Order: sequence, then C-alpha cells, then structure tokens
Amino acid sequence: MANSLDQTLQFHAEALSLRGLRQQVLASNIANADTPGYKARDIDFTKSLQDAVSGRVSANALTRTVNTHLASPQAATAGGSPLLYRQVVQPSLDGNTVDMDVERAQFAENAVRYEANLMFLNSQLKSLLAAIQG
Amino acid sequence: MSLFNVFDIAGSAMTAQSQRLNATASNLANADSAAGPDGKAYRAKQVVFSSVPMAGQAGSGVRVSNVIEDEAPAKQVYNPQHPLANPQGFVAMPNVNVVDEMVNMISASRSYQNNVEMMNTAKTMLLKTLQIGS
Repeated sequence: MANSLDQTLQFHAEALSLRGLRQQVLASNIANADTPGYKARDIDFTKSLQDAVSGRVSANALTRTVNTHLASPQAATAGGSPLLYRQVVQPSLDGNTVDMDVERAQFAENAVRYEANLMFLNSQLKSLLAAIQG
Repeated sequence: MSLFNVFDIAGSAMTAQSQRLNATASNLANADSAAGPDGKAYRAKQVVFSSVPMAGQAGSGVRVSNVIEDEAPAKQVYNPQHPLANPQGFVAMPNVNVVDEMVNMISASRSYQNNVEMMNTAKTMLLKTLQIGS
C-alpha cells in the first residue's frame, strides 16, 4: 500500500515540478522579448512527463560514466527534458523569435494547469485522509 | 524550486527595462540641449540588451550589456542669433529622434508591466503550492 500511495503522489510531484520548470522557461522568453538574437524556447511537456514518470532518461541527455567527462551544456536541457526552439510565426529583424502573444498565452495556460494539478493533488490527499480517518 | 527563478528572471528584465526607460528619459529631457559639459551637442544614448544564462538553470535573464551613443549626425538648425551658432549661422542640436524615443518609452513600459504580471503569477502559484493538503 505504501508503495502505491507513493506512486500516486509521485505522478503529481513530477507534473508539478515540470510545470514549474516550464514556467521558468516561458518566463525567460518573456523577459528576453527585447533582447536581439534571443531564440524563444520551450519543453515538450507531454513527453517530458512520460519520461519522468517512467524513470527514463530523455533520449537527448548524455550520460556521464566518469566524473572527468565534460558535462553536457546546461542550456540544452531543463531538468533532464530537452529544451526545444519555438517555431517562428513572425520573424523580427533583430533575430529575436519571441512572439509575445504566444508566450503570454502559454504562460497563462501553464499557470492554470499548475493550479489544476494542485487541486487534483489536494483532492487526492483529502480522499486518502478520509480513508485513514474513517 | 524552479518557480523561484521566475522572480530572478523577471527581476533582471525589470532592471534592464528600467535602465532603458532611464536612457529614454535622459534623451527626451536633453532633446534641445545644444551644449553638454564638453561643449558639444548632446548625443542620444541607447541601451543594448543581452541575455544571461542563470547559473545551473534552464532559464536566462536579461542585462544591459552596453550603453551606446547614437552615431547619427547632429541636427543642424539655422539660428544666427544663437550664441553657439557657427559662422554660417547653424547650431548643432542633439541627434535625439523624439518619435523613436516615445516608441521606446511605450515599449519599455509595456515590457516592464509584462514582467510585473509574470512575478504576480509566480507568486500566486507559490502561495497556492504552500497550501497543499490544507
């Protein structure tokens, strides 16, 4: 029972931390909306969550077998999930690919989904408590 | 906790945007300064943004990497009565483009507001996270 309890909660934990991570990536997109040459980035949430839940290391991540190996660059991954580049809809002259409409929409959506996740977690905890206390 | 980095990222962007607003304020205030401390006409100042990767994190913040002086030639205004007029009767006035500066001002203010919104969203999300299980 303890194991399955852990598993139920672990899914939500993984999902929440990935949502937090994505929020950070989207935040840097919005912050860099005026930086020349900045490329907007994002993570594939569905794939990252599947990888995280199944304990798989993402296909793009490099495994280090010896400590003296060079670390893979931090910029390429976000907590194990590969950072992708956004498809440009309206390219700008200075090479910046941040589309403020897209980023704001994604930012808001991600925030709402984060809160939805919290509600699922809360209601699951409530039913567990009800089961324990009778 | 990656959500806390949203504060750092938005904060760096707000600092950068307020510096841009500072430069705009200085340019607009000096749009008619025929002589600066060096005796020459004021030159418009522009900030250059660049993105800075957050240490060990996926996101990147913004900083002002450089403040440059506009290379555009000074405006020549015909005013023989002016004490700084040259023998031909022309006065060198600042190369500030007031329309450009107004656009810059609005853009900086909107970007600043975007970052404030971002911080507020992250704060709400963190506060809701603190209430898990209550």
